Amino acid sequence: MKHRTFFWFILPTLSAMILFIALPIVSVFIQSLFVEHEQVLVVSESCGPFGCTPTTTVDTAATAALQEEQPLGRYNGLNTYINRSHLAFVEVGEAWRSTETFGAFWKQIINLPFYRALIFTLTYTAVVTPVVIALGLAIAVGVNNLPRILKGPSIFISLLPFLVTPLVGSLILFWMVDSDGVIGATIQRIFNDPSLSLKASTALTWTMLIVYGVWHTLPFSFITFYAGLQTVPEDTMEAAMIDGASKWQRMIHVVVPHLAPLMSFVTLMLLMDNFRVFEPIVSFKAEAHATSLSWIIYNDLRESGNPLYGSAGATSMMTIIGVVILLTPVLIRTWRDFNRKAH
Amino acid sequence: MATNAQSSIAVPAVNPKSRSRVPLLTVVSLALVALWLIIAAFPFFWTFWGSFKVQSDFFSKTDWQNAIYGVNTIRQTGSAFTLEGYQGAWVDEEFWRNVINSGIVVFFTVVISLTFGTLGGYALARSGRRYAFWLLMAALVFRAMPHITLVSGYLLPFFEWNIWGILPTTIIVLVAINQPFTLWMLHSFFLNIPKDMDESAMVDGCTRFQAFRHVIIPVMWPGVITTGLFSFLLAYNDFAVTAMLLSSENETIIPAINSFLGTTQVEGKVMYAVAAVVSATAPLFVLILFFQRQIVSGLTAGAVKG
Repeated sequence: MKHRTFFWFILPTLSAMILFIALPIVSVFIQSLFVEHEQVLVVSESCGPFGCTPTTTVDTAATAALQEEQPLGRYNGLNTYINRSHLAFVEVGEAWRSTETFGAFWKQIINLPFYRALIFTLTYTAVVTPVVIALGLAIAVGVNNLPRILKGPSIFISLLPFLVTPLVGSLILFWMVDSDGVIGATIQRIFNDPSLSLKASTALTWTMLIVYGVWHTLPFSFITFYAGLQTVPEDTMEAAMIDGASKWQRMIHVVVPHLAPLMSFVTLMLLMDNFRVFEPIVSFKAEAHATSLSWIIYNDLRESGNPLYGSAGATSMMTIIGVVILLTPVLIRTWRDFNRKAH
Repeated sequence: MATNAQSSIAVPAVNPKSRSRVPLLTVVSLALVALWLIIAAFPFFWTFWGSFKVQSDFFSKTDWQNAIYGVNTIRQTGSAFTLEGYQGAWVDEEFWRNVINSGIVVFFTVVISLTFGTLGGYALARSGRRYAFWLLMAALVFRAMPHITLVSGYLLPFFEWNIWGILPTTIIVLVAINQPFTLWMLHSFFLNIPKDMDESAMVDGCTRFQAFRHVIIPVMWPGVITTGLFSFLLAYNDFAVTAMLLSSENETIIPAINSFLGTTQVEGKVMYAVAAVVSATAPLFVLILFFQRQIVSGLTAGAVKG
């Protein structure tokens, strides 16, 4: 295709992506270098019958004027990145010096907002992804063995948790695990503890979010593997059967290797989606026990009346770096494949 | 629904036991499927059923069976089913406004992203050059960006230009966020349409665009419909963008449900939110009912070939 023709065909989509994806990333970076203006304070003396007392008031007009003049705020360099709400170098160093055991150090780190969110995001991604792949494969094999008439309905039912809006899906589960909801109340009865609440403990909140994550993404891996199973070569399966391989051996030595490329695709997709876990934390109101990188950005931006653009920008930049690190192996491999094809 | 599936699945599980040497594996795998189907369907069924009850039945501490039989619902309204929740959500809280907003946003997002995406995807599929590859890689990285990171970049400029809070801004942002995925999907779809088709048209004297119009457009609809379904889902399900970029009177249904919870829980009107949640899920249910085949093929399109 000629360069010129290519250019005209790609122009609309490219300009949309440059304007609303590439430039915002630049804008996020610039924002992260600035911090909000301090309010302009005026000290005045108010004199009464008992003498004069100095009072400090906020000069709203001057503050607004300053805001108008420099909407970005004050230049702050990379300081936002290393302050307490982000990488917290000072606090981490302090914790490292003052604590004796690794456990105590860890306890201090996990109380810093950025590390708290990072640890939850990574744990969530690292637990949900492998569980979803293993269970998805098992269910795909199971559905593949069903009689034909049941396959369609099972796929229909399985699609529901995946396609439902994440916010809505997590709300539905949240109402069920509510201490008055069907699951929450039953658990209380089983353990005979009326104060037991899934929402009150950190460990249970994390479990609940991870269970939601598995419920929500399992259909994706199941359906991809199910489609892959339809393409398993019959000859190889029959050859393995003649050689006396049991069902389990055929599964491990024929089916799983055949699905290996699919697995890397599913892993990639799941990593990308799990890394941005966000809506369930809003729905479950879990922020007291679990926050994610996306959630702290959202929270900075929601800061009513005075959104912390600088802080949100810094977290966003670090999240983007995280995404790129996550994708690097894939990018390198695709690059090699492309070169191999080209030469 | 869930119990039906379970009982009918349980039957074949018993049969192979008599002849096969590995019944255990089969039984375990079928039990797993049955368990999964129950876990997948039960929450929806439960919430749908409960949305026609009063709050003291749906959240019943004393007896979970209340939510099934609606004991308190009968006591309070005289019938086992009540439309109070729906009435409250749709009429009192004016949920229909959000539904209209969602309709506008979703429709324009799908149409514009498909238009941009088909042109771009076609170009990428037919150009084997290095820059086409880099564009696809950039799109992959963009696809992985958490949407909220981009939103934090939009807010300040949008406030400055005074375009925050209105529907067109949100539509164009959703179109852009949707592009990476649309491009990848349509790119792999166009790769499957033989090159000879449009190239022979060009030999006959068509320009590239005429070849695209007269040869490619007539055969591209299956791929476009599949991609359109996923664009629909992205726009319909979005929370991060719509919650941050729309003013409260322009809210679409998903952020509306969220802000709904903030206001209703104080007044003890959780059932309004339950009814809204069921209303928001209904279109998705219908979508799966009619387009199951396309959704499945779309999910696996990039996968099975790559």
